[in-house]
Amino acid sequence: MIAYIIRRLLYMIPIILGVALLIFCLFTFFGDDPVRVALGQHASPDAIANLQHLWGLDKPIYLQFIDFLKQIVTFDYGVSFSTGQKLSDMFMEGAFVSLSLTAPPFVFGIFISISIALILAYYRDSFIDHMARFIIIMSMSISYLVYIISLQYVLAYELDLFPIMGYEPGLESITYLFLPWLIIVIVALGPNTRIFRTLFLEETSADYVRTARAKGAGEARVLFKHVLKNALIPIITNTVVAIPFLILGAFLMERFFSIPGIGAMIITAINEGDFPVLKGMTMIIAIMYSFFNLLTDVLYSFVDPRVKLS
Amino acid sequence: MTEVTIPTSNQIQEASLIYRLFPGETMTARALRSLLSSPQVVICFIIVGIFIAIAILGFLDFLPDFQKRIGKSYEMPSFLSIAQIFGTDLFGRSVLYKVMVGAKTAIVIGLFVTAIAVPVGVTLGALAGYFGGKIDAFIVWLYSTLVSVPYILLVIAISFLLGKGLASVCIAMGSLNWIGLCRLVRGEVLKQKNKEYVMASQLLGASTFNIIFSQILPNVMHLAIITASLMVLNAIKSEVILTFLGVGITNGASWGTMIGDAPSELVNGHWWPLATVALAMFLLIYSLNVIGDALRDALDPKLGH
Repeated sequence: MIAYIIRRLLYMIPIILGVALLIFCLFTFFGDDPVRVALGQHASPDAIANLQHLWGLDKPIYLQFIDFLKQIVTFDYGVSFSTGQKLSDMFMEGAFVSLSLTAPPFVFGIFISISIALILAYYRDSFIDHMARFIIIMSMSISYLVYIISLQYVLAYELDLFPIMGYEPGLESITYLFLPWLIIVIVALGPNTRIFRTLFLEETSADYVRTARAKGAGEARVLFKHVLKNALIPIITNTVVAIPFLILGAFLMERFFSIPGIGAMIITAINEGDFPVLKGMTMIIAIMYSFFNLLTDVLYSFVDPRVKLS
Repeated sequence: MTEVTIPTSNQIQEASLIYRLFPGETMTARALRSLLSSPQVVICFIIVGIFIAIAILGFLDFLPDFQKRIGKSYEMPSFLSIAQIFGTDLFGRSVLYKVMVGAKTAIVIGLFVTAIAVPVGVTLGALAGYFGGKIDAFIVWLYSTLVSVPYILLVIAISFLLGKGLASVCIAMGSLNWIGLCRLVRGEVLKQKNKEYVMASQLLGASTFNIIFSQILPNVMHLAIITASLMVLNAIKSEVILTFLGVGITNGASWGTMIGDAPSELVNGHWWPLATVALAMFLLIYSLNVIGDALRDALDPKLGH
C-alpha cells in the first residue's frame, strides 16, 4: 500500500512537469507581452526594461522556466499584476468562497440523485422509468445559461424570493448563495441520476444479485442492501474526482451572481491580462486534481478489499 | 382442411420496408435498421438535418441578412411575416434570422471541433494501444497532463491566447476533446490486438500500418461514431458558454451573445429573444442527445444506457 502510494506520488512528477511546461509555453509563446499589458502602449523603453528585469523576463527562456518551477515548489506564485495581492492569499480566500458555493449543492445533489436512481432501478422498464428517462434527456438538453437566467428572473426578480445577485462574507452569504445552490442542484440532477441509474442496473446483472434473489431476498433488499453497497465504488470515483473542480467553483455562477470565488478571479484575470493569477491558479488546481486522483484509487482499496493496488 | 401458415418473426421482419431498404446481416445494415425503426430517432435526424441545411445555406450566403431592420425595436412575435414570427430585437432586427445565423455558427463549431478531435483521438489511441511501451507511456502522459487542467480553464486560456474568435475556439476545443475517445480506443485496441484475426494477419506478413488501420480500426470505429455525436453536442454547449464569458465569438451572431443580452431584456418584459434561442438550442441538443443514445444502442449494446 505505502509502496503503491509512493510510486503514484512519483508518477505525479512527470504529470505536474507536463502541466507546468504546457502553461509556461502557452503564456510565453502565445500570449501578449505582460509588460506591455501592464504599462500600456506608450511606455518608455527604460520603464519596460525595468519591469522586465523585475519580473525576470530578461533571462533566457530555460531560466524563466526554472523560476516558474521554483514558484510551484515553494507555493509562492508572486503577486497579481492588477491588485498587487499575494496569489497564495487570493487563492485561500477564493477557494473558501468557491467551496461554500459548490460543495453544499454537490453533496445534497448526489444524495438526491442516488435516491431517485434507486427508485428508477426498482421500477425499471416501467412507465415511471421511461418518463423519468425522457425528462432527464430533456433536462440535459437545456443550456446551463438558460437555467441560470430564467430561474434568476422568475425566482429572484418576479417572485422576489432571493436577492438578485451579490455576496457578503459570513453568515449573510447564505441568503445570497441559496439561489445558486438551487440552480446547481437542478442542473446536476439529470446527468447524475442517469449515471447512477446505469451503475445500479449494471450491478443487478452480477452473480451476487442472482444468489441473493435465489436465497429469497426481496427486490427492495437486493437493491438497497446488496447493490447499493457494491455500487459505492463507482460512486466514489465519480465523486472524489470532481472535488478539485468544486474549488474551481462554477465559472458561470460566480460570474453571473458576482460571487468572488476562484472562477470569478480567473475571468477577471483573463479580461485584465493578469498572467500570474492565471498561471498560478491553473497550476494549483492541476496539482490538486492529481492528488485527488490518487486519493480516489487509494479509497478504492478501502471500500473494496478485492481491489489490489499495483 | 386448409393449411394455415403462420409467418415466422424472421419473415415478418424481412417483409418490412426498413428491412427491404437495408437488407442483410452486416453490422451497418443492422445498425441502420435499428436506428430507423424508432420514429423518435428519425424525427431527431430530420431536425439535425434542418439545422445542417441552415448552416449550408449560411455558407452559400442564402440566409436573409440578420442586420437588416424589419420593424420597430422589440416588436412582439406576430404572424404578419416569416421574419416577424419570433419578434424583433433592440435594433428592430428579426430574432428568427439572428437565431438562424447563430445556428450556422453552432453547427460550424460542432463539426469543426469533431473533425479535429476524432482523427487525433482514434490515431493516438490506436498507436498507444497497439505498440504499448514508450509510445503508450508518452500518449498516456500527454492526456493525463491535459486532463489535470480543468477543461473550461484550458479552453479559455488557449482561445484567449490565440486571440478571440471562431477559429481559436475551434482549435482550443479540438485540441482537448480527443482525450475521451483516445482512452476508449486505446482500451479497445489493447483487447483486440491479442485476437486471432490480428495474429493471422501478422503471420500472413501484413504490415503494421495495414494491421492497425485496416484490420483493427474497423472494429473500434463504432466508438468514434458514438463519441462524435456527443462531441458535436458538447462543443455547441461550450461555445455558448465561452461566448457568454467573453472569450468566444466576437463578431457575427452567436447564441451565446443572444443569451448574454437576455437578462436585461427579460427585466423589461422582452421574453421572446431568449425563448427563441432556448428553443432552437433545445431542439438541436435534444436531437443530438437522442441520436447519440440510439447510436450507442445500435452499435454497442454492451455499453448500456
